Amino acid sequence: MATRSVVPFGPQHPVLPEPIHLDLVLEDEKVVEAVPSIGFVHRGLEKLVEKKDFHEYVYVAERICGICSFMHGMGYCEAVERIMKVEVPERASYLRTIWCEMSRIHSHLLWLGLLADAFGFESLFMQSWRLREKILDMFEVSTGGRVIFSVNKIGGVRKDMDGEMLKSFLALFDEMEKELRILSKTFLNDYAVNSRLRDVGFLTKEQAHDFGTVGPFMRASGIARDTRKLGYAAYPDLDFEPITSEVGDCYARTDVRIREIFQSFDLIRQAAGKIPGGEIAVPVKGFPDGEHFMRVEQPRGEAVYYVKANGTKFLDRMRVRTPTFANLPGMLETLKGCQLADVPILILTIDPCISCTER
Amino acid sequence: MIDGEVLTIGPGDLIPHVLQIKHDGYRLIQICATTVKDGYELTYSFGRDNEMAHLRLQVGPYAQVMSISNIYEPAFLYENEITDLFGVPIQLISPDYKGKLYRIEQQTPFK
Amino acid sequence: MNISKSPWLLHYDGSSCNGCDIEVLACLTPVYDVERFGVINTGNPKHADIFLITGGINHQNADVVRQIYNQMPKPKVVVAVGICACNGGIFKECYNILGGVDTVLPVDIYVPGCAARPEAIIDGVVKAVALLDEKRKKAAAPPQRKEVG
Repeated sequence: MATRSVVPFGPQHPVLPEPIHLDLVLEDEKVVEAVPSIGFVHRGLEKLVEKKDFHEYVYVAERICGICSFMHGMGYCEAVERIMKVEVPERASYLRTIWCEMSRIHSHLLWLGLLADAFGFESLFMQSWRLREKILDMFEVSTGGRVIFSVNKIGGVRKDMDGEMLKSFLALFDEMEKELRILSKTFLNDYAVNSRLRDVGFLTKEQAHDFGTVGPFMRASGIARDTRKLGYAAYPDLDFEPITSEVGDCYARTDVRIREIFQSFDLIRQAAGKIPGGEIAVPVKGFPDGEHFMRVEQPRGEAVYYVKANGTKFLDRMRVRTPTFANLPGMLETLKGCQLADVPILILTIDPCISCTER
Repeated sequence: MIDGEVLTIGPGDLIPHVLQIKHDGYRLIQICATTVKDGYELTYSFGRDNEMAHLRLQVGPYAQVMSISNIYEPAFLYENEITDLFGVPIQLISPDYKGKLYRIEQQTPFK
Repeated sequence: MNISKSPWLLHYDGSSCNGCDIEVLACLTPVYDVERFGVINTGNPKHADIFLITGGINHQNADVVRQIYNQMPKPKVVVAVGICACNGGIFKECYNILGGVDTVLPVDIYVPGCAARPEAIIDGVVKAVALLDEKRKKAAAPPQRKEVG
């Protein structure tokens, strides 16, 4: 047996935008085991339900994570709405769907950039983020915020998009789609990119199931499950199929996410074509009483919101199981047997969001 | 299991139930602890395709709960978290971080 | 040689929600592009002049932040980005948050906002560059003797 050595990885590391620490047990250059230690971003925001009332808590929920901020706010709101049996106006549901898909595009583009940065393709990183800025501009026009919008509230949304705005957005999406097609060619066909992504970090279909993985990480291993199919917001009215790949390596995960961006463009177009008129919010009276498990498909996969209320303005418990938390065991499994140089790429291909994970 | 159902069981019945659920092809979705009047409430959520069903345990403050991490490997993260934040003594977690998953100053803040 | 022509920047995520982190990165990429001021993002504390911290300080990352700060060569400037890094922000009341970055480090520049906007971050960085020059001058000048009596 070769001598084993332990290499610490993180919490501060050039490829890591966020702190996580791994102890990598190596045999020569090969990783035998990875032991995670987390908690660098742990704040304890689930406990804030005792200090902020359930309306105020929307702002805290949005700050579980700044990348999928909108969906965190929405998941929490929908959970409370279901407990209180509030019917959200249809227009609000459609608006939520549109912002959700825009968040997915922004998140996936951000991830593509970080991935390019991780394998040292600086200009690809810059190009992905340049494209992403267009989405952020649209967010700013429609909500006023670039990353955290606070546009959700219990009972609906705060801002509306008029026909003119939607039309201009659709034109911008057409432009973006063209640019993304050019960009995705480099990600999927470039020789150097391929040599870093292909045949690295396999996760089989069985492993993806046994380790409870979610989102694109799971779908790239051949499981066709998408929480959007459960039918929250306006998704029941839209036509789409989960995007999968059968291969299960880093390349497959990149491929799945790129195709998901195109799917999101399509979903926004469908939603913009069907959006009904009317109110964007209903008044909410009284306090919630009961419990609900709400599931939402975030860019990184399925997130679970558990809300338990007791009939007062303070909730008993709010818990969120975020996609990265579910994906960590799967990631540790793919790290076993990989080369040390591939570790950053492998960690990035699950699209880790540590801030979500540790709350 | 029926979609959306919450099945309340005793702490001793946990392992047989989970073995059955694993055999039926469910995946582990999450484990959640909630502080209640006299002790804790642990909710184990499992999923198959788009279904989700739950097992619920009501345990006293000093009750011993068995780990399911040898049946569902990913459970170790949830169970370590519950031990850290709630102080529920869960037995035989593998790997057991022994209260060091989140290295926080305040012991078991949710207790 | 003048450091302020090309100050290098190190970013560390304290316990932020990511909102400010991605805005810091947005500053470094096209559209905002602080590279036009010669600012380069580095991963190595030993190359860095400006330390950008997002998010509040908790019990676990306090030592990490201190260690990174100590590894940076003098003169150095600390910029706290976002309201959480300034004073704890929305998470101030959480059990695991000690407060802003100034609970463990001397902070030179505070950039407010939730999330801090790229314009504000760039403004903070530009101020940091000026401060860097000042600090350098002070370090180079011979110590002033005070006349007594």
